[in-house]
Amino acid sequence: MSETAGGLRIRGLRVVFDGFVAVDGVDLDVEPGDIRFLIGPNGAGKTTLVDAVTGLVKATGSARFGEQELLGRDVHRVARLGVGRTFQTAALFEELTVLQNLDIAAGAGRSPWTMLRRRGTVPDDVAQALETIGLTGRRDVLAGTLAHGQKQWLEIGMLLVQNARLLLLDEPVAGMSHEEREATGELLGKVASDRTVVVIEHDMDFLRRFARTVTVLHAGKVLSEGTVAQVQADPKVQEVYLGHTADAVAQGAEA
Amino acid sequence: MTNLSPRTRVWLGFGLGAVVLFAAAPALLTDFRLSLLAKYLCFAIVAVGIGLAWGRGGLLTLGQGVFFGLGGYAMAMHLKLADAGEGNMPDFMELYGQLDELPAWWAPFANPVFALAATVLLPMLVAFGLGSLVFRRRVRGAYFAILSQALAAAMVILLIGQQGTTGGTNGLTDIEGFFGYDLDDPVNQRMVYFIIAGVLLALLALTRQLMHSRYGELLVAVRDSENRVRFLGYNPANVKLVAYVVAAGMAGLAGALFVPAVGIISPALIGIVPSIEFVIGVAVGGRAALLGPVLGAVAVAWAKTALSERFPGTWTYLQGAMFVLVVAFLPGGLASLWGMVRRRRERQPDATVPADGDRVLVQEVAA
Ligand SMILES: Nc1ncnc2c1ncn2[C@@H]1O[C@H](COP(=O)(O)OP(=O)(O)OP(=O)(O)O)[C@@H](O)[C@H]1O
Ligand SMILES: [Mg+2]
Repeated sequence: MSETAGGLRIRGLRVVFDGFVAVDGVDLDVEPGDIRFLIGPNGAGKTTLVDAVTGLVKATGSARFGEQELLGRDVHRVARLGVGRTFQTAALFEELTVLQNLDIAAGAGRSPWTMLRRRGTVPDDVAQALETIGLTGRRDVLAGTLAHGQKQWLEIGMLLVQNARLLLLDEPVAGMSHEEREATGELLGKVASDRTVVVIEHDMDFLRRFARTVTVLHAGKVLSEGTVAQVQADPKVQEVYLGHTADAVAQGAEA
Repeated sequence: MTNLSPRTRVWLGFGLGAVVLFAAAPALLTDFRLSLLAKYLCFAIVAVGIGLAWGRGGLLTLGQGVFFGLGGYAMAMHLKLADAGEGNMPDFMELYGQLDELPAWWAPFANPVFALAATVLLPMLVAFGLGSLVFRRRVRGAYFAILSQALAAAMVILLIGQQGTTGGTNGLTDIEGFFGYDLDDPVNQRMVYFIIAGVLLALLALTRQLMHSRYGELLVAVRDSENRVRFLGYNPANVKLVAYVVAAGMAGLAGALFVPAVGIISPALIGIVPSIEFVIGVAVGGRAALLGPVLGAVAVAWAKTALSERFPGTWTYLQGAMFVLVVAFLPGGLASLWGMVRRRRERQPDATVPADGDRVLVQEVAA
C-alpha cells in the first residue's frame, strides 16, 4: 500500500463502552498531505475514534500510521510515533507560559542531562512554531491568559514542535470568531503540506472553506465519504443531519 | 528589591539565609534553643522535599515519616554500634538479653560509609519501588495518600513488634557519640546544628535548580494536566517518580541528621501523625514556593513546642484548625501573602500556585 505510506489506515475499528458500541467497525484511509474533515451528529463517535487511535480508550481492529500499528500501545508511545492531537476543550498548561508550553511539547526526546538544566536560548523549532502560530509577541505570557483562539493555535503549535506527522484536531474552531476561523484555516493549510491532518468539526462553513476530503460518521459507522460536494449531495447524509434537506447541511448544521 | 536582577536576588536570598542561620541564630539563641532549632531545621529539610513532590508535582506525600525513619534508623544503628565499640552489641540488645550476637542486618551499619549512604539511598530505593508500582498503575491521588499512610503505619508496627532488634516503642535512644565527637558537649551540638543548617541551604539550592530546570517545568505540567503530557510523548509516571524519590532522599537525610541533633529515633517520630505534621507545615508555609515549606515547617514545629508547653492537649486541635484555615482561605500558604503584596505592586502573574489541587485536598481532609 504505497499510497498510504505515512498516511492513516484504519480497519474494522470498534470501541465498546459497557456494552454500548460507540465506534462500530470503521474503515478509514487518510492520505499524507490530506486535510480530512470528520463530521457527524453529536454522539456519532468522532471523539471516541480519535481517543482509540491515540491510545486513550481500548479498541479492536487496526489503526496504522505509516508502517506502525497504533492500537494496543500506551498513549505516550503512540505520541512518540508522531501522532498528535488536540482536545475539544483546550488542554494547555495554563500555569506555564506560551514558551514553556511549546518547550515542553518539543522535549519528549530530551536527555536527562538536558532536562535537569535550564532552558538557555529558545530552541529553533520552538521559535519557528511561535512564528507560524503568530504568538511570538506573546511568548512570555501565561497560557491561561490567552484569548480562546490563541489557545487553540498554541495547541496546534505544540503539535508542530512535538513533530507530529499525523494531526488529529477535535473541533479546533469551536467558539472562535470569524477572523480567528479564517486564520486557523490558513494555519491548517500551512501545516498540512508535509503532514496528515484530520479535523473533527461541526461548522459547515469552515468545512466548505478548508476541507479537502470529508468523512461522515453516524452512530459509530461511516455513513459517507468523499469531497465536500459529493458528501453534501449524498441523500443519506441529508437524512441523518437533523432529518433536514440538503440546505440544512449547506447552512451549517451546528448543534 | 524590585529592580535587582533575579540572579542577584537569589544570591542575596541565600546570603541572607546563611547570615541568619550561621551568624544570627547561634549568636542570639541559647544552646537549648539552638538545639531546638536544629531539630526544626531537620523538619524543614523534609519539607523542602515535600514542597517539590507535592507543591510542584501534586503528589500528596502523606508518608514521609517512613523515609525520615529509614534515614533516622540507619544513622542511629551506626551510632549505637559505634557507641558500643567494635565487636559489642548495642546496650538495649544486651539488656533484653535475647540475642547471642548482632543480627546479620545490623552488621553492615557498623561501617560508617555504608550507614551514611544508606540514610539517603535506602529511602530512595523504597520510594522508587513504591512509586514505580503506584505511578505506573495510575493510582489516583487520594489512594496514593492512603497507601503512604498505610506504609507509615506498617513500619511502626514492624518496629514495635521487633523489639529485640529495633528497640521497640522506645526506639534507639541514648546516643552518645557522633563519628567520634561527644554529643553531650555543647560545642559538638553546635557543630551538628551547623551541619544541619548547611545541608538545608545546599538542598534548597539543589531544589531551586530542579524547580527552574526543564524538568521543573515538566513537573508542573504533569501536576496540572497529566494526560496532556502523556499525549506529548512523555511518561508522567517517570516524571513523578523523580520528584518522589528526591523527596524521599531528603526525608532520609533529615532523619539521619535528626538523630545526633535530638539523640533519639523512635516509632512515635515517624508514624502516621508525624507524617501528617510534615505535610501541615508545608501547607501552612506554602507548598509551591521554594521557601514556603521551610518557613512553614519551622513555624509549625516552633508553635508546637511553645503551645504544648503552655496548653498541653490543645495543640492537636489548633494544628488541625490551622491546616483547615490555610487550605480553605490561603491555598498558597503564608508564602503567597508575599506574592500577593508584590503582585499588587507589579501586576505580574505568578505561575507557582497549583490550579486545582486544592479541591482534592479539601475533599481528602473532609473524608
Ligand atoms: N468513556 C465513555 N463511557 C461511556 N460512553 C462513552 C464514553 N465516551 C463516549 N461515550 C459515548 O459514546 C458515544 C460517542 O461519543 P463521542 O464523544 O465520540 O461523540 P462525538 O461524535 O465526538 O460527539 P460530539 O460532536 O458531541 O463531540 C456517545 O454516545 C457517548 O455518550
Ligand atoms: Mg466529540
